[in-house]
Amino acid sequence: MENEKLKDCPVSIELAGVEKYFGSQKVLDGVNLRVCEGTTTVIVGASGQGKSVILKHMLGLMRPDAGRVEIFGQDITQASARQLKVVRRDFGVLFQNVALFDSMTIFDNVALPLRERTHDSSRQIAARVEELLQMMDLPGAASKYPAQLSGGMQKRVGLARALALNPKVVFFDEPTTGLDVLKSNEIYRLFHHTQAELGYTAVIVSHDVPKIFKLSDHVALLAEGVIQGQLTPEEFQRSENPLIRNFVETTMGPIYSSEREEAALQ
Amino acid sequence: MLLLFGKIGDYTLYYLEQAGRMGVFLFQCSWRVLTPPYRFFPVIRQINFIGARSIFVIFFTGGFTGMVLALQGYYTLRKFGSEGLLGSAVALSLIRELGPVTAALMVIGRAGSAMTAEIGIMRNSEQIDALECMAVDPWRYLMVPKFIAAVISMPLLTAIFDVVGIFGGYLVGSLMLGVNGGTYFQGMYQSVHWVDVEMGLIKSLVFGLLIVWISTAKGYFLHWERSGGFGAEGVSRATTSSVVLASVTVLVWDYLLSAILL
Repeated sequence: MENEKLKDCPVSIELAGVEKYFGSQKVLDGVNLRVCEGTTTVIVGASGQGKSVILKHMLGLMRPDAGRVEIFGQDITQASARQLKVVRRDFGVLFQNVALFDSMTIFDNVALPLRERTHDSSRQIAARVEELLQMMDLPGAASKYPAQLSGGMQKRVGLARALALNPKVVFFDEPTTGLDVLKSNEIYRLFHHTQAELGYTAVIVSHDVPKIFKLSDHVALLAEGVIQGQLTPEEFQRSENPLIRNFVETTMGPIYSSEREEAALQ
Repeated sequence: MLLLFGKIGDYTLYYLEQAGRMGVFLFQCSWRVLTPPYRFFPVIRQINFIGARSIFVIFFTGGFTGMVLALQGYYTLRKFGSEGLLGSAVALSLIRELGPVTAALMVIGRAGSAMTAEIGIMRNSEQIDALECMAVDPWRYLMVPKFIAAVISMPLLTAIFDVVGIFGGYLVGSLMLGVNGGTYFQGMYQSVHWVDVEMGLIKSLVFGLLIVWISTAKGYFLHWERSGGFGAEGVSRATTSSVVLASVTVLVWDYLLSAILL
């Protein structure tokens, strides 16, 4: 199932046999996933399958009931709060609902990780924030509050905040949900641009199939609590696995038949 | 019957768990208050919020509490012909009892509820998770300034309350009811000792800690609330219960501290 390239690459994140229960409901049933350094891995799957749960395990916000979560070779399921903090220094996160600090200005939002985690002077911080906001095409937004910005702008602020400290790994939880096509393209363009520049490893949870395939090196389908194969986008679309096949057909339409043919069949 | 036992056990477990969480929370916060890095400006901001902006309320409540004490005290004392004791009666009841307790109740209503709501909303909208993922310690970032500010502000607010109350009592007792002003203050000087002031001080310090502890923990543990800590209603419920719990705790501790210190 895994291709050769995936086996040899230097691994950033590895999940092995991760299980998670919510009460008596089994959400994750032995998830295996391997994220290579510098690549983009996209986790797809129907809503409510636990994609965000996987992300929360990688971030150490949830601990699995069984299995290992290794970040750069370190198992974080047993890590203390202090060790976890060290691991998270390399992380940047764009949350599903962005989770900007709503009582702070955009400037303060982006400056917060710099103020709390570096010893830079306020002038250096201001310059860095300015640079980030420029990169995200957000001139003049610095003194506004998150509620005064549109959804797409909020996402970009979230991305600026996530990238403030040049993280090694950036997590995106549904980065384009609720945005129109143009705004999503804008986010994808910024993502592509910043990854090319900074070379971070990206883990994306997304619904935006097939567009997201263009950006990804590997696609993993989460269904029935298990990763149903982690493949390149091309392999993914040609996969024989019935669940993957079903997913590809429902999201991208039947590949060998037109809509009209399908209507005629029914 | 079995169901009843089950329910009792369930409740007991929940409250034990919550008590444990609150205990750990207090320990974590206290530990971080005592260890570096220390931050100056966030503390000043919180002192402004908890302390400085409460002064107006404290002024009013303190003044009227002193006035009503003088009014009531005067009529009671007059029955025994000892209006001269009015000053000491007002001062002692304010410094030892009413000052710390009433000031604490005002701070709970003004700042405690706001702290619960603020942190509760941050919890609800994943802002606390965001802090954690940025490797920023939410305890150090959010709680520590509030803890320090509350413990500094409470005694000062109580002192203001006491002073304003004593002058309020003077206003009513001396200017309206005709007690000699000299007698009012002289009685006070003679009967108020350092132990009384110390008692008020200790009480206000403890109350400050209790208020900030309960208010912040209630917000921080919003997602563990039994009644469901979701959405706007979850925050409103947590705020209500934090105000009630903090007020009750302050009154209980007031009795305990009085019993210990007397």
